[in-house]
Amino acid sequence: MIDQSPALILLAPFLLAILLALLGIKREWLCFPLVIAGLAISVAASVVTLLRVIDEGTIQYFFGGWEPPFGINLRVDGLNALVALAVSTVSLLTAIYSKRAVPAETSDKVSQFYTLYLLSVTGLLGIVLTGDAFNLYVLIEISALTSYALIGMGSRRATLAAYKYLIMGTIGASFYLLGVGYLYIKTGSLNMYDIQEQIVANNLHGSPSIFVAFVVIIVGVWIKMAFFPLHSWLPNSYAYGPSTTSALLGPLVTKVMIYVMIRMILTVFGPEFAFDQLDWSNIIVWMSVIAILAASISALAQASLQKILAFLIIAEVGYMVGGVWLADKMGMIGSIYHIIADAFMTLCVFLFAGIIFTKTGRHDISAMEGLFTKMPLTMVGFLVGAFSLIGIPPTAGFFSKWYLIQGGISSGHYEYVAALLISSLINAVIFFRIIEIAYFGSKPAEGHGYHHNEEQKDGTMEASFSMLFPLLITAAVLLGIGLYNQEVVEIITNFVSQFNIGAIIL
Amino acid sequence: MELLEALSTKFNYWIYIIIMMIGLYAMISKNNLVKKLIGMSIFQTAIILFYVSIGVKEGATIPILYHDQVHPSHGYSHHKADTGHIEDHHPSHEEIVANLLIEPDDFGNPLPHVLMLTAIVVGVATLGVGLALTQKIYRDFGSIEESEILESIKSAK
Repeated sequence: MIDQSPALILLAPFLLAILLALLGIKREWLCFPLVIAGLAISVAASVVTLLRVIDEGTIQYFFGGWEPPFGINLRVDGLNALVALAVSTVSLLTAIYSKRAVPAETSDKVSQFYTLYLLSVTGLLGIVLTGDAFNLYVLIEISALTSYALIGMGSRRATLAAYKYLIMGTIGASFYLLGVGYLYIKTGSLNMYDIQEQIVANNLHGSPSIFVAFVVIIVGVWIKMAFFPLHSWLPNSYAYGPSTTSALLGPLVTKVMIYVMIRMILTVFGPEFAFDQLDWSNIIVWMSVIAILAASISALAQASLQKILAFLIIAEVGYMVGGVWLADKMGMIGSIYHIIADAFMTLCVFLFAGIIFTKTGRHDISAMEGLFTKMPLTMVGFLVGAFSLIGIPPTAGFFSKWYLIQGGISSGHYEYVAALLISSLINAVIFFRIIEIAYFGSKPAEGHGYHHNEEQKDGTMEASFSMLFPLLITAAVLLGIGLYNQEVVEIITNFVSQFNIGAIIL
Repeated sequence: MELLEALSTKFNYWIYIIIMMIGLYAMISKNNLVKKLIGMSIFQTAIILFYVSIGVKEGATIPILYHDQVHPSHGYSHHKADTGHIEDHHPSHEEIVANLLIEPDDFGNPLPHVLMLTAIVVGVATLGVGLALTQKIYRDFGSIEESEILESIKSAK
């Protein structure tokens, strides 16, 4: 059973998705327990896998016993074990939150929603675990197709946003597929590790085909992760979709695509090729600086909470792309740590936005008046998430920024350090504005929609347990991975130290 | 001359790029949502063409072994028996493999073609989701022209 743990991570949600599609339509009450069961197995398997990776090093799992380069394998090392654990935990917490939200928002399609939800999680986990480049494409499309449908279940605007996401997402995935084709022409292999061996063995680093493959794959992945000039699909998709969809896709999709970028750079092409031979660090770090600043300023201009959060995600993508291209060990460690930290802090604020929307029916930040007295526990959860996004110790967000800034200083990219600090300040402005409204109230407004609903006798209107519980757990996780950042960073350092990053400094 | 050579020896790449750009143009500039989806289909088909063309070899055939290739001389043992040899020689598996008359150049590479079966399925699924979304957009906005939809969103505000 323990030998099978890497496969169980993604097979549990996949098989339960099929079961749910068969049973869920007639028996709606079955949906929620099945989803929780599938994702709980997945989380347990990820924990086992992570412990095994810490113990034994890299784990390989061959599907059907076929060894690569002929078969498809799962290959788990320090990087994907951590990311897989983050992905499965985030999806489990979002699933708990969805207990009330899904029947309220998509009442006639509960079983369909949950089936797509599980398939989407399967796709994301598969992307993280697979060791096969073409398999990765198929899994990207599985998670993307399901997320188009999940977003399209929202309001009128959401359908249009999902359509635009479909067009952009297809371009991105097709570019990736094209790049894999060029790699295949040159190396004759689809297994990521085999491709790397072939490139090194045949000394293909100077080949134009490999160069084209690299450019096309990186651009494709950038479209999928909403790196700044290619981000246009993201804000509306995440702002207008159902709140459960935003809480699932917002934290995960962009982070998983950043994982793909790191995997491609480190494992497939090799850091010597991506950083030393091409020497694009300067341009791409500047692009990420522009991305961080532009997205932060756009976030400042928004009035709706969901939109603010969507633009913050784009800014965070800028952090991580910049951190990777610093071509520095510290920067790489910071980026990988930030994948984990950002998944949880984005989840935290998206869960908060979902709770506010269910309670008040509104998206704009003035809906938050006086929430400190009405929903104290919810606000505690939100505060931890907001502090983490700003970067206040001891939350996880502080430590990831700390490593990223160290990377920026040691590689001499001071513009990146400045952009990080400015963006933190802007985050502080955004969140303290929200906190101020929630604490003092913006204006003495009367007759607002939410005054009449479900206030309890002591004046509080705390969210139901199934919504509050994941929010508080997420807040606790943020503090936990902040306080125990040494342990997490140690795993990442073990992974990163196999690669020769930033070794050549002339 | 060099240009001509580049065009004639690599014309499959030129063609796939041209088709891909036609698709990309339609996806970006068309106003009608269904036309955008048609562009998307053309775009994906170009990549399928690219993959299929890299698996093709001149004068090669499908990668299936025929009976005479695995048993190169079927009448062989009978012939030997006639000339007086007693041993009934059944070739072992290793011997068969060693005697195979297989030239890799005679066969097309099947792998890119098989990969494209998956990509075609993905493309069909994407198109299906896209058309379903278009249908929902039409029901919500009463139009599939992007400019009219944006207008109605603006006027609703």
